[in-house]
Amino acid sequence: MNSKITISQYVESVKNGDFTVEEFSLQILENINKFEKKLHSYISINDDIIKQAKMIDLKIKSQEKLGQCMGVPISIKDNICIHGIKTTCGSKLLKNFIAPYDATVISKLKKEDAIFVGKTNMDEFAMGSTTEFSAYGLSRNPWNVDYVPGGSSGGSAVSVSSSESLCSLGSDTGGSIRNPASFCSVVGLKPTYGLISRFGLISYANSMEQIGPMTKTVKDAAFLLNIIAGIDSKDNTTVYNHNENSLSNLDIDLKNKKIGIISEMMGKDADKKVLNATYEAISKFEELGAKCDFISFNTVNYALAAYYIITSAEAGSNLARFDNVIYGGFKLDANGYDFNTYISKIRKNFGKEVIRRMIIGGFIPSSGYVGRYFIKALKIKSKLIMELNKILNNFDVVLSPTVPVMPFKFGEKQDSLSMYLIDLNTVLSNLTGTPAISIPFKFDNGLPIGMQLMTKAMQEKLLLQFAYALEKITNINNIPSIN
Amino acid sequence: MIKIGLEIHCQLTTIKSKLFCSCDSNHRKYKPNLNTCPICLGIPGTLPLINKNAIKKSLLLALALNCKIPEKTLFCRKNYFYPDLPKNFQITQFNMEDKHSSIGYEGHVAIENKIININRIQLEEDPGRINYVKISDKSKLTLIDYNRSGVSLVEIVTQPDFSNNVEIKEFLSYLSNLLIQLDISDPTLPGAMRTDVNISIDDHNKIELKNINSIHDLEKAVDFEIVRQSNFITRNLQIQQETRHWDEKRKITTLARRKEDEQDYRYIIEQDIPSITISPYLISKLKNKIPENIKSKKSHYMKFGISNQVLDTILSDLYYTRLFESAFDGQNAKNIANIIATDLIRYLNTDEKKSKSKLTATHLIRLSELIDTNKIKRDLIKNILRQAIVTGNSIDVILNELKLHKTLDEDKLSIIIDNVIESEHDLIKKININPNVINYLIGKIMKKAGNVQPKTIINLLNTKIKLNVKK
Repeated sequence: MNSKITISQYVESVKNGDFTVEEFSLQILENINKFEKKLHSYISINDDIIKQAKMIDLKIKSQEKLGQCMGVPISIKDNICIHGIKTTCGSKLLKNFIAPYDATVISKLKKEDAIFVGKTNMDEFAMGSTTEFSAYGLSRNPWNVDYVPGGSSGGSAVSVSSSESLCSLGSDTGGSIRNPASFCSVVGLKPTYGLISRFGLISYANSMEQIGPMTKTVKDAAFLLNIIAGIDSKDNTTVYNHNENSLSNLDIDLKNKKIGIISEMMGKDADKKVLNATYEAISKFEELGAKCDFISFNTVNYALAAYYIITSAEAGSNLARFDNVIYGGFKLDANGYDFNTYISKIRKNFGKEVIRRMIIGGFIPSSGYVGRYFIKALKIKSKLIMELNKILNNFDVVLSPTVPVMPFKFGEKQDSLSMYLIDLNTVLSNLTGTPAISIPFKFDNGLPIGMQLMTKAMQEKLLLQFAYALEKITNINNIPSIN
Repeated sequence: MIKIGLEIHCQLTTIKSKLFCSCDSNHRKYKPNLNTCPICLGIPGTLPLINKNAIKKSLLLALALNCKIPEKTLFCRKNYFYPDLPKNFQITQFNMEDKHSSIGYEGHVAIENKIININRIQLEEDPGRINYVKISDKSKLTLIDYNRSGVSLVEIVTQPDFSNNVEIKEFLSYLSNLLIQLDISDPTLPGAMRTDVNISIDDHNKIELKNINSIHDLEKAVDFEIVRQSNFITRNLQIQQETRHWDEKRKITTLARRKEDEQDYRYIIEQDIPSITISPYLISKLKNKIPENIKSKKSHYMKFGISNQVLDTILSDLYYTRLFESAFDGQNAKNIANIIATDLIRYLNTDEKKSKSKLTATHLIRLSELIDTNKIKRDLIKNILRQAIVTGNSIDVILNELKLHKTLDEDKLSIIIDNVIESEHDLIKKININPNVINYLIGKIMKKAGNVQPKTIINLLNTKIKLNVKK
């Protein structure tokens, strides 16, 4: 049996009785046994996979009503809560935090009979672009285990790429879905802010982040999006999406469609190989009849600074609650301490990247400095929204490389600044609340390069149509041979 | 000149659930930490869900205090670490640069001979509570109860327009009445209304007073602080800008923190709650709910001869006010008010009793009629009310059952007795010698009068005989 298939192929096969859900789950577990030591996609693995698979097989046998996932084995980033299961956020501080409820996306997947394979590795509290900042060890790129898989949803990308799961849910605050999707050659979608409920997603920068699908194909991403999108009474920031079906009418003619390329996203810091790949992508789109134009979007130069200022300020506030008082399970008895000493002691157990951002996050909104950094950053954000909207009045989508650099080796990027530059092209869609997708495009020396498409808020359909067209014309092999 | 400003925190006790979750707003009736959920415990991944009723109630208050209402409002996070704060930030309101964040601003209230200006009215969440339990001479236990965590608080910030305790008391009693009348809060519940004070004298620095738990203590704290600061001034000492705590036991204020130790709350916008548009339609709908200004209401009713004290009793309680107003027809005002404030108040003194009572305005209207036409004695009212509360039967049915009907029959009885006394004139003279005489007379009266309580006859007979004997 081939376990390296897409969701659509899986659903078809289960329907046809080509294999049972149990058989397929066993295959996924075998992949995990084979690759996990090398790749480390998961922080924890569900012990009940086979039991749950058997139950779904039973449902099929007795012709009970079955959800549309039909037992699809899906991995979940470890910052999304599943009832009764440890949710660590890649942090020591939540080592023993067992979620007392299901995130809305999890309830929706359960209703559709998905099986959760496990919780995937991530940079601590999603702060990072390589998954090196996990308190539970790093994950490795299946295309070359000496290379980083990207991050922060690195574990999710690795699990999908290596078929340790069929698909995954990640979260994206500044590129955390798209960046590892690009580095591991999978599809990663960051939806419009408010399209998917964040209830049950542990906040890092709550005005920016969204949960999104990570899959082998564009069609699979649309499949998952259909299930998890929609307004939610448990998240006041969700918006009504008219129950749009993302799967229908994916294959469209791109003739005379307009694609913009922002020059500032193809700048001097970008890797030549990545730039060349992007020119190739432009040619491919032109082959399909689309019209591509370069445009200048000067404010983009300030996007990264604004992004790190806003996210740090929000993170400082969001992560304040981790004081081990009500939950967390970090073993340090409060007896004998006063509150401030106790929480200082506890919070020393954050990783260094988290501590770095806590310090920045405490400083930025402090009185006397709030105007100098935070308020300015918020103004940049408003300006970006306005100007990007103007651009998208003239273009259907904006194309750029997802990440301006090639996947790199562990420890290669030592200073924070060059690490932050990796997010140059991805932060724009988080700052503006617009949807963006990363699609596998090509390989250079066996290392993946992904392309990013962005469009107006709530236009996921359009984005998926463009992505589908590019995927079809490139037709690359997405299955790594893991050595 | 003494300048005093108030910051009043008032729980919205009349709404069902907390500000951001569906836990009970009435946190007082639970054992510790049983009125909590993942949201008000700040469990990771949960999000605040705005309670629209809290917005409406606080808007109602803002309108009643003549505030301007912003077109849009939003919430902010006040960031500080404290064990009673599960998220280590409080969701509150705070104007940030160009973003307005309040429920109402620039309001005003007229008290006796002064206008008190309202700076702003804002909505925020109450923290949990900390209880310190002494376990030995050396150590104490810190217990945290999150039942209160997330309860809606409306904060009213005044300008420093007060100059003495009389004005403060008048304003607070006006505010309490308003909160009750508009069904926003019951400020009599313990901890439902908490007031912080700031005081300055002339151009000297401002002192903030916190931790004052009753109006009674508030007066004492203000007095203490005025004396303390005046002493500093007469001795030419500098008054430091600081926050002081009211020490309930010792009845003094003590230093809590100096200005330079003030925390930086690093306010940021609460992005989990999208900005709220307050529609003109909602405002006009709420405005219609605001009854006559309580003050003019009081002076209006005083014209009907109701005493000040009786009116205060009724108007400080929504249940009594509603009862009074539905029974009120002008003529009967004084009777109704007196029945409520002197009699009814003894039987309906808790919320539970009030909600169970079957007594209606109709009962009061009929009672008042009977009092006016002298058909019922004042001292029987309590008995009748008790029955009406339990059974809900009409006053006339109750009177029949109690056989206390003072109707024409009683007048007839009087005539019958008079006749008997006259006809038995000689016998009556022996009444003090022979006890059987009285029984004989009763028998004779009963034969003529029919089914009348012997006790009634005896009372009436005795009175008449005494008069007769005197003659």
